[in-house]
Amino acid sequence: MAASPHSLSSRLLTGWVGGCVWHLERRSVQESPHKFMHLFRSINKQWITFQHFTFLKRMYVTQLSRSLNQQVKPKPEPVASPFPEKTSSSQAKAEVYELRPLSPPSLSLSKKPNDKELIELESASIIEGSVDVGKETKDEKQWKEMKLHVDDLPGILARLSKIKLTALVVSTTSAGFALAPGPFDWPCFLLTLVGTGLASCAANSINQFFEVPFDSNMNRTKNRPLVRGQISPLLAVSFATCCALPGVALLTWGVNPLTGALGVFNIFLYTCCYTPLKRISIANTWVGAVVGAIPPVMGWTAATGCLDAGAFLLGGILYSWQFPHFNALSWGLREDYSRGGYCMMSVTHPALCRRVALRHCLALIGLSVAAPILDVTTWTFPVISLPINLYISYLGFRFYRDADRKSSRKLFFCSLWHLPLFLLLMLTCKQPRGGGSDKGEPQS
Amino acid sequence: MAALRPGWRTALSPFCRAFTGPRYQLAPERGAERRDAAPSRVSRFCPPRKSCHDWIGPPDKYSNLRPVHFYIPENESPLEQKLRELRQETQEWNQQFWANQNLTFRKEKEEFIHSRLKAKGLGLRAESGHKATLNAEEMADFYKEFLSKNFQKHMYYNRDWYKRNFAITYFMGKVALERIWNKLKLKQKKTIN
Repeated sequence: MAASPHSLSSRLLTGWVGGCVWHLERRSVQESPHKFMHLFRSINKQWITFQHFTFLKRMYVTQLSRSLNQQVKPKPEPVASPFPEKTSSSQAKAEVYELRPLSPPSLSLSKKPNDKELIELESASIIEGSVDVGKETKDEKQWKEMKLHVDDLPGILARLSKIKLTALVVSTTSAGFALAPGPFDWPCFLLTLVGTGLASCAANSINQFFEVPFDSNMNRTKNRPLVRGQISPLLAVSFATCCALPGVALLTWGVNPLTGALGVFNIFLYTCCYTPLKRISIANTWVGAVVGAIPPVMGWTAATGCLDAGAFLLGGILYSWQFPHFNALSWGLREDYSRGGYCMMSVTHPALCRRVALRHCLALIGLSVAAPILDVTTWTFPVISLPINLYISYLGFRFYRDADRKSSRKLFFCSLWHLPLFLLLMLTCKQPRGGGSDKGEPQS
Repeated sequence: MAALRPGWRTALSPFCRAFTGPRYQLAPERGAERRDAAPSRVSRFCPPRKSCHDWIGPPDKYSNLRPVHFYIPENESPLEQKLRELRQETQEWNQQFWANQNLTFRKEKEEFIHSRLKAKGLGLRAESGHKATLNAEEMADFYKEFLSKNFQKHMYYNRDWYKRNFAITYFMGKVALERIWNKLKLKQKKTIN
């Protein structure tokens, strides 16, 4: 048991530091408490056994001293808590004496309870007693050992790095790369994707590292790994470092320094500007929009090596898209934001929130017209993208006018399919260049 | 908030001294709140004797934070003890803040709803018999007001939280290195013998 997790750890976590940290966090000397659970489950099956009585007596007494409520629910709760060794009989006796000032309604404990009386009470209300024990046991059952299991690690790290969001970021980067002029270089493309993906994982992990108590208090984020204690903060930071360093190195030396610099800048912007700013000022939304805009720019610079007009156009498209997407989402989370102390437009400046969302929906139409002007796409593009742009603008207008949950949800869900479709249409209308692997001859 | 043990405080590096300062700033405004602070629920959980890990519990009813029951190893080094105490203290501090925050929010929200319903001339119960509520747009005024009222409090909290989080992670790193070092020394001794 000792040898295999070590090798697994070194495989799972890149970096010596990460591997050692994980190893040290894991203490594998003792056997699991499973054996105890089995023992007590078997005891439950044989109701009338002496051990069961004595155990119940102790638990009943300790529970009684804790709570005044006796629920008379005739449900035999399994008393499967492996903790009785902690309560010695002397401790139980001490708690028995504590019962004097308490007078639970279903029992008359006017006299000082002695062992005999307890057994009598017990036989009369063994079921009721075990319910309270059951309630407490249920609560105790929800306690989890903070022991990292190797099998869980990939899932935990996937959630820590917000893998779905990372996938979206990587796809916008690939769109930027594909839309850039010049021959399509597969190795460069793959290196860009891997590098951007790693950088995104690192940034998301640090974001979660900073936000543990806030995430605990919001429904949307309360099941994150750090909140649930599935991973330690040290491990989260180590993982982030182990992603950031190779990611940025890949981008800088495998692709080009400009892309690497953009990657570093984006990690910094997201973790050190956007995350703290969320709790300070509504400007965080604009910073966050820039964070979302940089990945396609990185894709473009990876392919071309320079920041030209096309890169800014793509960045602009993603920047504008963030506003209807996020503002609509934040409309339904106002209560959580207010309670958690987040400064969001939807809470502090609701009218501005809706205005900005509409403004940027309309900006998307403008940007689709700018695409052929900047020679990124043909003139087909603004024409064929007009229906979806008009539709999202219409929903943006409805959100602006109605300002209710229904219109905000419609706008949010529309933004989810609008972006991939928009980028796909852009790709199909890419301006053909000499020697490029175009997606097909566009018709003008 | 647990009382700090002076020995612990002085023994720590400037890292810790950095956030002992603001705590005094926090104290005056907390004094008033502590009178109606959330009831602190002491964890009655006892982990199995054989376990030598920390245990994490279900989210607290008031603060939504998950309490951690810290494992105290027999051969706990001074550094490990400092880390554990820091984590324990941060846990209590966090619990206090969020329980207070959530209870205050709940209370003020109820008061706001009552006052608005009164102003509208409606009772507290709708015709169906359920509790009358305001819609999201009416509540928006309350959310905005609550956020701006608590802004300063959140600023102090954020600063302290970041400092504590960094300190805990830093000490976790130190403890990890210490353990590696001890294990290496032990291995070296074994190979020599």
